[in-house]
Amino acid sequence: MSDQIIFEGVSKFYGEVLGVNRISLSIPPGITTLVGPNGSGKTTIMNLMTGLIQPSSGTISVLGLTPADATEFFTAVGYCAQFDFFPRGITGWQFVLDSLMLYGMEKAMAVDMAVQAIDRVQLGEAAHRKVAGYSKGMRQKIRLAQAIAHHPRVLVLDEPLNGLDPMARAESIALFQELGRQGMHVVISSHILDEVDRISDRVIMVTGGYLIAEGNIHQVRQEVHEKPMQVLVRCDHPELLASKMFAINHCVEARLHADGKGVFLRTKDIDEFHVILNGIAADGLIKIEAIAPADDDASAIYQYLIGSDGSAS
Amino acid sequence: MTELSPSNLRQRIAAQPWGLWWIQAHRLTRIELRRNLFSWRATWIYFLAFIPAFIILIHALVDTHPAFQLSDDTNILAGIIQLYYIRLGVFFGCLGIFSRLIRGEMIERSLHFYLLSPVRREILLLSKFVAGSITAILLFGSAIIADFALMYSGFGAAGRDYIFNGPGLGQLGAYLAIVVLACLGYGAVFLLLSMMFRNPMPAAMLVLGWEAINPVLPSILQKFSVASYLRHLMPVKVANDGLLALLTVETEPVSAWAATLGLLLLITIVLLYSCYRIRKLEIRYTTE
Repeated sequence: MSDQIIFEGVSKFYGEVLGVNRISLSIPPGITTLVGPNGSGKTTIMNLMTGLIQPSSGTISVLGLTPADATEFFTAVGYCAQFDFFPRGITGWQFVLDSLMLYGMEKAMAVDMAVQAIDRVQLGEAAHRKVAGYSKGMRQKIRLAQAIAHHPRVLVLDEPLNGLDPMARAESIALFQELGRQGMHVVISSHILDEVDRISDRVIMVTGGYLIAEGNIHQVRQEVHEKPMQVLVRCDHPELLASKMFAINHCVEARLHADGKGVFLRTKDIDEFHVILNGIAADGLIKIEAIAPADDDASAIYQYLIGSDGSAS
Repeated sequence: MTELSPSNLRQRIAAQPWGLWWIQAHRLTRIELRRNLFSWRATWIYFLAFIPAFIILIHALVDTHPAFQLSDDTNILAGIIQLYYIRLGVFFGCLGIFSRLIRGEMIERSLHFYLLSPVRREILLLSKFVAGSITAILLFGSAIIADFALMYSGFGAAGRDYIFNGPGLGQLGAYLAIVVLACLGYGAVFLLLSMMFRNPMPAAMLVLGWEAINPVLPSILQKFSVASYLRHLMPVKVANDGLLALLTVETEPVSAWAATLGLLLLITIVLLYSCYRIRKLEIRYTTE
């Protein structure tokens, strides 16, 4: 059985409106984040992945399974959708328990698993109240509890941090990281780029229904050749370092750090940059304390590839 | 590709997880029954079912009941069953119950929870159909038992004699069978319509019109009607005169078993097509 989520040439049209176009992906275990502006196709990809909508063309398989075999598929997959609605009049507890009972397990086992899931999202006694009286954050938690209650191997989460307070957000991120470390596929959509950086093993960037980039954040950054990489070099003579770099015509931009103890340098060839920097350090004129990439985070990549207006550059 | 011989087919059928499907269907039906029966939104269906019982209760309390009027009341009860329950009460009750099962959950944006559960969509649809049918049969069946008991309660010993030593119990059994078939028939139709149309009401009005004019249609078209099958099962014929003649006239005699089998066949075909539709169903709440 495959351990990947695979999209092969998947397109989805809503009538004449494009949802996503010719998406081909292979998602390994770990935390993968779908990043893109509103309406870019993130939710469409997640709905396609879980069979809520069907592709207009192309094929999708999740660990070698398809939603046509609902029993096996949804034993392996849990989906916390973005739809913030629940069956009328239901309590949080009943919501989780009802969904577990449909797996065919004994009631005692379903109760145990429901207790575990509700404990895991730290909803406590509120689970026994009607969902209609929940805050947005509590509704988010109970949906998450329902999605993880049956211990799926693939967890798909559409904007799971929306509506959570900072404490609950931190707890949820810790939970996703723990699940990712356990070898699960955790696929998250988010537009909170700081959190994407903190939790993701990989990112998938989409805009306008098209796949723009996928992979490890650092790999993706290195593939953005048209935007020279920015490196922060901490040293005792930042002006001297900048002038040396310009003298050998390597860097395209230099900017002193606000504290005067470092310089941001932009280079088109990061490997060559390191070689040159080693040479300068070996000369002994400049004492280099630290080197760190300054723009290979999700936020920078988003700006470079998608832009602040959401249109791919 | 494996050859689809009869023995292969048997093996494949035997290899399916029937036990799990049974448990899932049972649990889904219980969940749906809880939602259908104990909901304030079902109040108007209770009203539809029991309003004749309330009127008959007043009749039983207020009017005198000489024994010679027993056959008149028997005809009135047959008219209530055929003209009110089959044409209106069960029709609109089933429209309310069955169109809520799929379309209602799409409007409430909660259907995706079911579609993300480890239940085959056909099992989901059939379980919802069973739950809707049980709800409708419980409501309308108990309403008809109440109507029947109240109608003859005013006649005292003559009424009891008609029920227990005369044709009364047989007629009650026939009425209950008619209501069961009506609930299944209309239920299947409205479940399908609710998947085909965002607002099933116009289509339901067309069905109501179709059912009304069905007796004057060619016999081949009469087979696509729930009420036409049920008319042949009525234990007491309602006089076909006056304005209501169109609803009670019997143009082509059909035996009771043929009418029952015909209706069950119609229900099966509609449900099979519904199963096909639900496999293709997509969750796009923004278009609801």
